[in-house]
Amino acid sequence: MPVLSVRDLSIDYITRKGPVHAVRDVSFELEKSETLAIIGESGSGKTTLAVGLIRLSPRGTKVTSGEILYTKNGLTTDVRTFDDDDLREYRWAEAAMVFQAALNSFNPVITIWEQFLDTARAHGMKDRQKVRDRADELLDLVHLDAKRVLPAFPHELSGGMKQRVLIALALMLEPQLVILDEPTTALDILTQRSIIDLLRQLREKLGFSMIFISHDLSIAAELADRMITMYAGRVVEEASVADMFYRPRHPYSVGLLRAVPRVSGALGSVASIPGSPPDLMRLPVGCSYAPRCPFAIEACRAADPPLVPVDTPRHQAACIRWKHVAEVLGSDAEIPVAEKLA
Amino acid sequence: MTALIELDHVSRTFTTPDGVITAVDSVSLAFGQGEAMCLVGESGCGKTTTGRLLTGLLRPTGGRLLYEGKDVWLTKGADLARFRRAVQLVHQDPYASLNPTRTVFQTLSAPLFRHKKASSQRQALAAVTELLQRVDLSPPENFIAKYPHQLSGGQRQRVAIARALTVDPKVIVADEAVSMVDVSIRISLLNLLLALAKEFGVTIVLITHDLAVARYFARRGRIGVMYLGRMVELADTEALVTDPAHPYSAALIAAIPEADPDITRSKKRVELRSAEIPSLLSLPPGCTFHPRCPLAEAGICDVLVPELLPIPGAREVACHVAVRERTGQSAAVTA
Amino acid sequence: MTTAILARPTVGQRLLGLWLASAGFLRLLSRRPVGLAGFIGIVFFLLLAFVAPLFVPFQNDPSLADIYQTPSAAHPLGTDFQGKDVLNQIVFGGRDILTVAILAALVSTVIAITFGSVAAVVGGRLDSAILAITDVVLTLPKLILLIAVAAILRPTGFVFLAILLGLLQWSSLLRQIRAQVLSLKERDYVEAARSLDLGIVHIVFREILPTMRSYIAIHFIFAMTEAMYAQVFIVILGLVPVSGSNWGIMLYFAQGQGALYFRDSIWYILSPILAISLVQLSLVSFASALEDIFNPRLRGSA
Repeated sequence: MPVLSVRDLSIDYITRKGPVHAVRDVSFELEKSETLAIIGESGSGKTTLAVGLIRLSPRGTKVTSGEILYTKNGLTTDVRTFDDDDLREYRWAEAAMVFQAALNSFNPVITIWEQFLDTARAHGMKDRQKVRDRADELLDLVHLDAKRVLPAFPHELSGGMKQRVLIALALMLEPQLVILDEPTTALDILTQRSIIDLLRQLREKLGFSMIFISHDLSIAAELADRMITMYAGRVVEEASVADMFYRPRHPYSVGLLRAVPRVSGALGSVASIPGSPPDLMRLPVGCSYAPRCPFAIEACRAADPPLVPVDTPRHQAACIRWKHVAEVLGSDAEIPVAEKLA
Repeated sequence: MTALIELDHVSRTFTTPDGVITAVDSVSLAFGQGEAMCLVGESGCGKTTTGRLLTGLLRPTGGRLLYEGKDVWLTKGADLARFRRAVQLVHQDPYASLNPTRTVFQTLSAPLFRHKKASSQRQALAAVTELLQRVDLSPPENFIAKYPHQLSGGQRQRVAIARALTVDPKVIVADEAVSMVDVSIRISLLNLLLALAKEFGVTIVLITHDLAVARYFARRGRIGVMYLGRMVELADTEALVTDPAHPYSAALIAAIPEADPDITRSKKRVELRSAEIPSLLSLPPGCTFHPRCPLAEAGICDVLVPELLPIPGAREVACHVAVRERTGQSAAVTA
Repeated sequence: MTTAILARPTVGQRLLGLWLASAGFLRLLSRRPVGLAGFIGIVFFLLLAFVAPLFVPFQNDPSLADIYQTPSAAHPLGTDFQGKDVLNQIVFGGRDILTVAILAALVSTVIAITFGSVAAVVGGRLDSAILAITDVVLTLPKLILLIAVAAILRPTGFVFLAILLGLLQWSSLLRQIRAQVLSLKERDYVEAARSLDLGIVHIVFREILPTMRSYIAIHFIFAMTEAMYAQVFIVILGLVPVSGSNWGIMLYFAQGQGALYFRDSIWYILSPILAISLVQLSLVSFASALEDIFNPRLRGSA
């Protein structure tokens, strides 16, 4: 039984000029102790999706359809039906979110200890000593010196340390699901490495399921079991990590992989994807990636392609030409680059 | 290659209430014309400060900045004005680098008018159109009257590059210019900069913390690795990436996650002795990397500051151990 | 197509442009009802003070038989202590007050912008000198100084009064402008302008100040309200030679002639108070919408 099962989830932003379809018909499943990477660039809807999973969406967002089914101990409930009390229990104890350390995720005027205390109290832990013990334990888990970190203010800590504290805070109530938003973005190389290694360690030790969202393919390559690529609010491909990297079937995944240069090994042919993501309020008819797609044909502009299974197990792509993409990749032919935008 | 612009043992310190910070410590670097070079390092290494020193926006507290062989900070008048125009900076944040109250045309035409490259609106329009085409903002008519908020991050960076080009610079310092831009269009921006270097002979210095970007951009050039204000290694890109001489470079290269599961999960990491980055206010004695360095040797590395010395392969490294092992000469001799 | 951008606009195109700009402006305002109400109020009072007097005859004949009449068809706001129509005085009373307010705000804003930006951009000893002078002026008790200067100099001309008020007002605005410019000076696009050698004048007037437009406009409006208060204040105290009639003078007489004790004369006091207050209110309400108006994102873009 998957821990999390998302079905046809759609989330809109309500603006004065009309609704912006930030997330459209997203479905995926997450098994126990599995790590899922949601990869996308600006405007892909990944952050809206992540925040929507624990219903922390800001004002003005509306989930217009779909279900978020969470399973624990054999009991499945739809997170969308939770009232405020249920949500408070769900958030942090079942599903916790690790925000991006670089983005002011801390209250700047209170110490880290007070942050722990606040979080603990908000979720029913009142005994100071217990909280203290737990904080020591958690900081030790993330390889931080509690004596140094707890009395400090956020600005006194480095980016890497802050990220570790955020991870420690998320693990406070031993959640089954941990969601991380851009956990390594804006961090130095060596710090990124230590955070990735830490997450791997923690996952092995504590066995939680992990979802992380990022624009960085390499962190998916490091940590994920399965991957989803998102474009203009939709899932365009879902596969195991190996299949996504070595046997991609959606032109956007192909394009994205090709746009990332390597450090080790051959440089290969690297190319950008021309153009920019579409305006979510004025989506083109048909496949939203078609204007930038080197494989696009007339039929692509007729209707938005649904996710269909492709030639490897548990692998889906939202492209009517996936077979052609597979052929081109399988042969040694040059991967085409799209002409200037259609 | 005769050096077009050169940093000669340049240092820069800042006085803060907590003490004196040496952001850049005796860095020497020479750039030829049309060179595409990268400065890499982590935060606090001084690469941004070095970029600012290169553009003349910051004055060195030690050493000299030489342009066409002359000390920039001793030149005045027309020579100094010429230098200012010759070295331009492209900023990191596309959302802050353009004035939000001015259109693309206004932003690009202002320097044209100022430096008499256009004396009428008609001429300015023609020049701006040509600039926009040069930075691949096509068709130019679509962009001329737009305000920055109507452009994407990548488009804004192109306008920023076009703005730098209005004064026919000889050197462009791109400070993390692709870091805040979507992954899928970084390469096209880098290609644009490379084209400028190749076709127009503009020297491009790209400052970045992303080694993968550095490797792509400088693949036919050099990379300089900085740590805590000092240059620790300077080498041709391929040589650096395949055979790093300095243990810090080796650690960086081994630590980078790659977009390839098989490669990245089997990469051998270089274990550092400590994850603590020393504060710039109290740097370790001798080689500032020694507390973390797996090759550190007591008695040498914690006492003597290593100079950037040449080793075989037309490269330089600032490490006692590396120099000794690659040249067979000990640090005591060369110090 | 590109040359079309540059062709000199015809008169028709210019008018169309103006029309579209005003339409855009009103459209933005309509999203902020408070701002729109303020704008309407300002337009109303400007028309009342500057245009109405051109069409309405000035009634200056005292009529002792009609002292303190209650409002009627002939005198919608009643009469004053001399039997003169109050409404008529209101119509003619705004001109001076508003002119002085606008002029005083202009003087103080121009001084604050000029010296504030120069201090911030040039820095060094000039900055210290300007700051020192500003701090001294800032600590002077303005109203008392105003009373003293007015009592000594007895300003008769309104221009003189306006300049006087302006000279007392610039100090706090200068500090604020200086602070803003200091922070804007560090922006990337300003640094680029320095790198491109665009010159101090361009940097201040084309790069920095335009991004402060709403800031400056809001302060101009508040300077106006301050000037109005200050004016009325010294007029009520009788420190300015009283001649002619304006809202402040009405209050002077109302107080001096004991209108407070006559129930029938309530409109004689209330009318100028209401007029002044409504102008202030309109100005402040309009100011609240200004930030939106100057935001390039909201102005007629895609």
